[in-house]
Amino acid sequence: MDLNPIWLTLKLAGITTVLLLAIGLPVAWWLSKGRSIFKVILEAIITMPLVLPPSVLGFYLLLAFSPQHGIGKWLQQSFDVQFVFSFQGLVLASVIYSMPFMLGPIKSALQQLPASLSQASYSLGKTKWQTFIHVLLPNIKPSLLTAIVLTFAHTLGEFGVVLMIGGNIPNVTRVASIAVYDSVEQMDYSTANAYSLILFSITFILVISVFIFNKYRLKSPLE
Amino acid sequence: MIRIDIEKRLKTYEGKQVLKIAGQFERGSITKVYGPSGAGKTTLLKIIAGFIQPEKGNITVEGLTWLDTSSKISFPPQKRMAGFVFQDYALFPNMTVLQHLEYATKDNNWIKRLLAIGKLETLTTHKPEYLSGGQQQRLAILRALATKPKLLLMDEPFSALDPEMKAELIRELQSIFKELGTTVFIVSHNPLEIEGLANGEINIH
Repeated sequence: MDLNPIWLTLKLAGITTVLLLAIGLPVAWWLSKGRSIFKVILEAIITMPLVLPPSVLGFYLLLAFSPQHGIGKWLQQSFDVQFVFSFQGLVLASVIYSMPFMLGPIKSALQQLPASLSQASYSLGKTKWQTFIHVLLPNIKPSLLTAIVLTFAHTLGEFGVVLMIGGNIPNVTRVASIAVYDSVEQMDYSTANAYSLILFSITFILVISVFIFNKYRLKSPLE
Repeated sequence: MIRIDIEKRLKTYEGKQVLKIAGQFERGSITKVYGPSGAGKTTLLKIIAGFIQPEKGNITVEGLTWLDTSSKISFPPQKRMAGFVFQDYALFPNMTVLQHLEYATKDNNWIKRLLAIGKLETLTTHKPEYLSGGQQQRLAILRALATKPKLLLMDEPFSALDPEMKAELIRELQSIFKELGTTVFIVSHNPLEIEGLANGEINIH
């Protein structure tokens, strides 16, 4: 059995999770503070991948980043970057597709912290950044862990969106979920089963770990 | 000298009302703030600390303008650095007693003295969830004092303390306020609770 799809999937999930953590923390913090019509619209857009068929998202990304026109053409001509049928494209699609899984738990946890925690820190002369690092972040650890694991696990299971923008190029865009589909198409059920079992095991171990960790903190595992 | 003249619209159960406070307070004075629930006692403290913005007004502390809505001046809470004792304590769940004080100051001698005043020397490694209500409230007071604030705002600071502990702590606090020249505002729903400590008052209707 070719293990490359598994390594490619883990690499994609790892990079997506790190990128989303870097993007998600400041965005979730900003979204958690106050409401405005702009924030509501942005949140709705970020939440769309939860309800939108992945193929629809993949189709629009394919159109948007096609090297034949628009942004895709400009990116190719200016920076020699191509998002369609490339690993970078998979990362971009995964970041967009898994964003609500990172942002949701973090934003919700930050909103649940009493405002007086930040205010107490400010009254000690601490900046917003110091307050975020020393007070807010350590107090949302369970939710942060949930967000990281859900994002990683969700990216492992992506299919429609990666197929649309990445296709099925061995060692480049052929991730495990595509390999399962491909094997079934070729009636190679034992290979499909092997890939599926590996994906199932990794995901199960990740999710059960979060449940166990959060259980000891007397919190709902999915908070 | 602290000069306060503010106006803030409040939404209460009885409808909308306007919180209007004006007064001058000598350096080192201790003012009790009292009045019925929902009158705006906590709001007043939060406006002074910079957590809430009033619609109109100005606040001047020792000649420095902290707030002047007409010239759009408003110092952030970090610049005002008014010590604040929150009604819900607002302790940091991730920090131990000692870490709370170390987060606020690097002065180890001052930390030792504060721990002694609050009788928390033996509990330095405990996080808030392992402290009693009274211990948590004392820690909240110590943390607010850790920066040696020139202005201290206390929201129901003695509500969880037993009478004996309260009397002893008030004696210690009086001595510290005098030493630091701290101007203090204390919100209390029970003015008798801080009888003898305060030398001025604001009655919010």
